[in-house]
Amino acid sequence: MAETTYVRTEMLPPKPPPPTQTGVIGWLRENLFDGWKNTLLTLVALYVIYALLSAALPWFLHAVWNAESLNECREIIKASWGPEADGACFAVIRDRWHQMLYGFYPQDLYWRPNLAFVLMLVALSPVLFPNLPRKMLVFSLIYPFLGYWLLWGGTVWAPVSWALGFILGYFAFILVNDRGGTILAAIAAVVVPVLWWLFGAGPFADLVQSLIPISLADVESRQFGGFMLSVTIGITGIVGSLPLGIILALGRQSNLLMVKSLSVGFIEFIRGVPLITLLFVASTLLNIFMPPGTNFDIILRVVIMVTLFSAAYVAEVVRGGLAALPKGQYEAAAALGLDYWKSMRLVILPQALKIAIPGIVSTFIGLFKDTTLVSIIGLMDPIGLTNAIRANAEWQGIIWELYGFVALVFWIFCFSMSRYSMYLESRLETGHR
Amino acid sequence: MAMAEPEGAPKESFRPSMLIYDTRYRAITIQVLVLAGVLALIGWLVNNTLHNLEILGKPLGFGFLFEPASYDINQRLIEYNSRDTHLRAAFVGLLNTLLVAAAGCALATIIGLFVGVLRLSKNWLVGRLMTVYVEGFRNVPVLLWILLTMAILIDTAPRPAAFRKGEASMLFDAIAITNRGIYIPEPVFSRSLGNIHLFGSSSLRFDVSLDLVAILVALIAGIIASILVRRWADRVQEETGDRPTTWHIRTALVVVPPVLVLWALGFHLVYPELKGFNFKGGIHLRNSFIALWLALSLYTAAFIAEIVRAGIQSVPKGQTEAALALGLSGGQTMRLVILPQALRVIIPPLISQYLNLTKNSSLAIAVGYMDITGTLGGITLNQTGRELESIMLLMLVYLAISLSISSVMNWYNKRVKLKER
Repeated sequence: MAETTYVRTEMLPPKPPPPTQTGVIGWLRENLFDGWKNTLLTLVALYVIYALLSAALPWFLHAVWNAESLNECREIIKASWGPEADGACFAVIRDRWHQMLYGFYPQDLYWRPNLAFVLMLVALSPVLFPNLPRKMLVFSLIYPFLGYWLLWGGTVWAPVSWALGFILGYFAFILVNDRGGTILAAIAAVVVPVLWWLFGAGPFADLVQSLIPISLADVESRQFGGFMLSVTIGITGIVGSLPLGIILALGRQSNLLMVKSLSVGFIEFIRGVPLITLLFVASTLLNIFMPPGTNFDIILRVVIMVTLFSAAYVAEVVRGGLAALPKGQYEAAAALGLDYWKSMRLVILPQALKIAIPGIVSTFIGLFKDTTLVSIIGLMDPIGLTNAIRANAEWQGIIWELYGFVALVFWIFCFSMSRYSMYLESRLETGHR
Repeated sequence: MAMAEPEGAPKESFRPSMLIYDTRYRAITIQVLVLAGVLALIGWLVNNTLHNLEILGKPLGFGFLFEPASYDINQRLIEYNSRDTHLRAAFVGLLNTLLVAAAGCALATIIGLFVGVLRLSKNWLVGRLMTVYVEGFRNVPVLLWILLTMAILIDTAPRPAAFRKGEASMLFDAIAITNRGIYIPEPVFSRSLGNIHLFGSSSLRFDVSLDLVAILVALIAGIIASILVRRWADRVQEETGDRPTTWHIRTALVVVPPVLVLWALGFHLVYPELKGFNFKGGIHLRNSFIALWLALSLYTAAFIAEIVRAGIQSVPKGQTEAALALGLSGGQTMRLVILPQALRVIIPPLISQYLNLTKNSSLAIAVGYMDITGTLGGITLNQTGRELESIMLLMLVYLAISLSISSVMNWYNKRVKLKER
């Protein structure tokens, strides 16, 4: 047998790919210039970016931060960049900075909303990030009362006596539950605090205040404004609408005809009307529904309406989550002998809420954006302030600087909320892939 | 013989405690309690309301709707003057709401489709640009977009006088963009058929243009004929295996009849012209309408783009490959395999976006566009002081719109539901 010397015994090293397939050129060819259609798209996109930048960049570079009025801004820009130059007048934000943040809140009391905001972050963090110590949740429970006291002022004993209502309700539930069963306990847990709030809370707060006076200067709701108002309404609405939405969703899934039809009716009604009509109700009608002489705080009225509005949307999202669970989960919970509330709390809701997270968060983003609607009923939120500043003689004609600033702040809030929802989803991901 | 009951079995008799401890009766107890609570709450609210209205001296009643409105509405689809009733004003407002909602839905769908498809494009740069658009628009309140658009239109568009001096010029000699609004050519029929007057002289009277009816009839007839041709082509294909080329016949059937009708009616355009200090002739679209329309469309389009993207991505790649393996062409794959499956995912959220757009159109009140919120919930409410009645009617109108749109959605959902056998 002849020797086949021409057969190679070792492998040749692979050749590097041609330079047009790798590195920057390869990436460009694959992603931007792949065929004439793609090239055309790239060119159009490049032109759009160029057009945007060529308008925006000089505008930013010529920005003026120190001026008293728009005319002064324009003069400074003309003086330094030539008569044709166009520039941003960010001086308006500097000039109205405090107003945009706090509205007409008394200037010497700015530390109160600042402190309330920082404490709010502390109170929210254990709820948002489960790896923080659980004991911090106690502070989260106290915070709503503390935050109210810091923002509105008045005697500290008023929020304390409201909090006392919840504590009384809790004890009433435990006491009655041991003797009379869950239903009676639930009724007691509602009736006792309501009675306390109606008849006991006010005198109690007055009494303790006269014994141990601790109070902060009062601030009227009308003085609230700016981003502080948006955050106040937004966060209160979010915190209130989640539990209410879950209850409505459970009501809609309930076997009890009465509960079910009431929930359906409420949800469909709220989802069928625009928020602005509900805000009209808050601003003009809510006082008509109450006993004569009642005077509700305007921010409280708005918060109630915003909460009800977004609770209906949360309810629909949660219902989607409940419907997505396999029926076996319900049956398994029942087979373990769990009663309705236990099976919901321990088996169904943890899974359903996990499915519903993206929808819930986007409802909350919608709620936060919708807080701007209060400007239509005359509250001074950032949009209302923007309108007022633009109507002012000094800043008449300013557009991009103000709206851009407000838009940027909202964008940061909303975008970080949607990122948080992604983080939460990936953290709770238990699928085995 | 039937089994006898075991001897001595305790005969269950009803005891009051069973209302709480027996699950069979507990359901009834809870419902009765809930009902009583809700009824008590409603009764309390109604009682308060009646009492308060009595104190204010405004007994509940809708008579104010038939009093003269005595305010003007500058943009309207039907004829109206300030001597007409509040009801008529509300009707004008309702039509304005429907107009901006329909125009907004149409534009938002077009932009949303475009952006959603481009966002999936293989082109990196275009994909990123579209992401910036979507994230930018949907994370900022729609009210801000509306006010910003309004401010840009008013403060940066040229004054009509600028057109005289030659500082600004009309687009294609037909469209004038001014700070008082946009003027576009108006279609006019020189051999018009006239109008039909409906509902006599009541507050809901309106005119139906016979020209429009004629064009619509021609269009619908053309579409029906085109469908018949398609059925015929299907039949031929089933019998012989070859599909006759029909696209040119079908296009002609749809296009030619309306064009013929237009020609017969003497269709021509009247262009806006600068006369004195302002434009005359043509259709005047006011800034409030344009701002509302553009802002709502751009905002909603960002959401629609995401819906479209999710819909297209929801069809597995295997479907495309299977369709190609069956020998379908690219267009057929899209039309017969991909789209029907993607639409099933796209349509329901799309319709709920339409619903959102319609509800958001109530923000018209911020820029002074006279929709139903601006008329019934705005000026009428303030002039008559009838808050309760006005807001109740306003809510009813929006509820009716929402419920009719969602019933369309339910019908569609039922139709395209996967039939599991």
